[in-house]
Amino acid sequence: MPDAPGLELIAQDLNETATSSVLGTYHEHGQACLIVDPERILDLLRWLRDTPGQEYRFLSSLHGVDYLPAEPRFGVVYELLSMPRVERLRVRAALADPGEDPSEPGRPRSRRRGGDRLPEIDSCVSLFPTAEFHEREVYDFFGIVFRGHPDLRRILMPEDYVGWPQRRDFPVGGEPVIFTHNEREVPRWYE
Amino acid sequence: MEIKREKLRALSPLEEPRSPAELRVRQLRARDLLRGDLEGPALERHVTESVLTTTLDRATRWGRANSIFPATFGLACCAIEMMSIVSPRYDIARFGAENMRASPRQADMLILSGRVAIKMAPVIRRLYDQMLEPKWVIAMGACSSSGGMFANYAVVQGADKFMPVDIHVPGCPPRPEALVYGFNKLQRMILGNPEPGWRRRYNAIGTEEWARPATGSASSEEAEAYAAARELSVAHDAELAGETG
Repeated sequence: MPDAPGLELIAQDLNETATSSVLGTYHEHGQACLIVDPERILDLLRWLRDTPGQEYRFLSSLHGVDYLPAEPRFGVVYELLSMPRVERLRVRAALADPGEDPSEPGRPRSRRRGGDRLPEIDSCVSLFPTAEFHEREVYDFFGIVFRGHPDLRRILMPEDYVGWPQRRDFPVGGEPVIFTHNEREVPRWYE
Repeated sequence: MEIKREKLRALSPLEEPRSPAELRVRQLRARDLLRGDLEGPALERHVTESVLTTTLDRATRWGRANSIFPATFGLACCAIEMMSIVSPRYDIARFGAENMRASPRQADMLILSGRVAIKMAPVIRRLYDQMLEPKWVIAMGACSSSGGMFANYAVVQGADKFMPVDIHVPGCPPRPEALVYGFNKLQRMILGNPEPGWRRRYNAIGTEEWARPATGSASSEEAEAYAAARELSVAHDAELAGETG
């Protein structure tokens, strides 16, 4: 991990020389994280990968997070590893939910006003080929669309599945089980 | 209770000797038969006991129950326990089911060993449809019986939602002994002599949780519903007893 000053140096370099896309940093439990603007994520990742002295050439993981009810709601997290520096860096792109009603934060828009629109971010398959399946997984579970992905479809859930099951507002599913303590609340099969 | 037990014993496919002394007499009779000096009423007796009472159907069932070919099919962590039933320690070969077949077309028993994901369900159904008749299914563990701890969007809440299941083995995961015990129950089922549940053995039909008379602040309507459920349960048991007895 870069230490806290190292992280600030990276953030400063990024904002001054390459892209002005770093919104914030945090360094906790020995882990370094850059919070960035999703619109310029490709430029940023390319800079981290190709700049001499940085060389974060290995994307060890890419995953999605749903922070509901926080704003912005979604996060796409890139876990980068630099072999020459022997350091790991986390990059988190904060994505707003376009399906949300701006006048009433936290509530989804009606379908007619675009409530079923999905959040979008650029695909980084061109930089890190390994991201192809990772991005499909994030799409499968969170409904985050990766622009420019060669083959964006569900990877783990069945093809005809409806919904984004890892979002926090997705119902858990399953069936209630009747025990002695709740037998009066649960609907009974024999009635 | 005593009468019931007598009845159950009479149900077993080959009538069992009732005491050690009787068993000894039978053994001696069988030895005499092999020597060739069994005649008259004794020979008659031997034939009645060992041959004529066995109908073809019973003989077939006996053969089926004692030569079962399970499919090599693991779903999750229960499969680890399932694997060990063929090992010398638990040794399902004692009951004639040691030969795991790698193709459903050669198998006649499927052990659902683990949680069934909704994506796996059509695959399992297809495997089941490919198996030869007659075929049996054991749902092993809580997950394949009811969804278990996986009450979520990805797991089928009980495999009997999409295929018939003969035996449910409880546990998370069940020990290999439990699976072997479940298998023995399946054998008894195939023999046409299903093990009665503990409620029947202990004369406790009608005491199910759902058929229990309501207590406390229950309305008379609810009490009526419970009474009706209890009657249903007792009637169902009487029906079962009529079928087998």
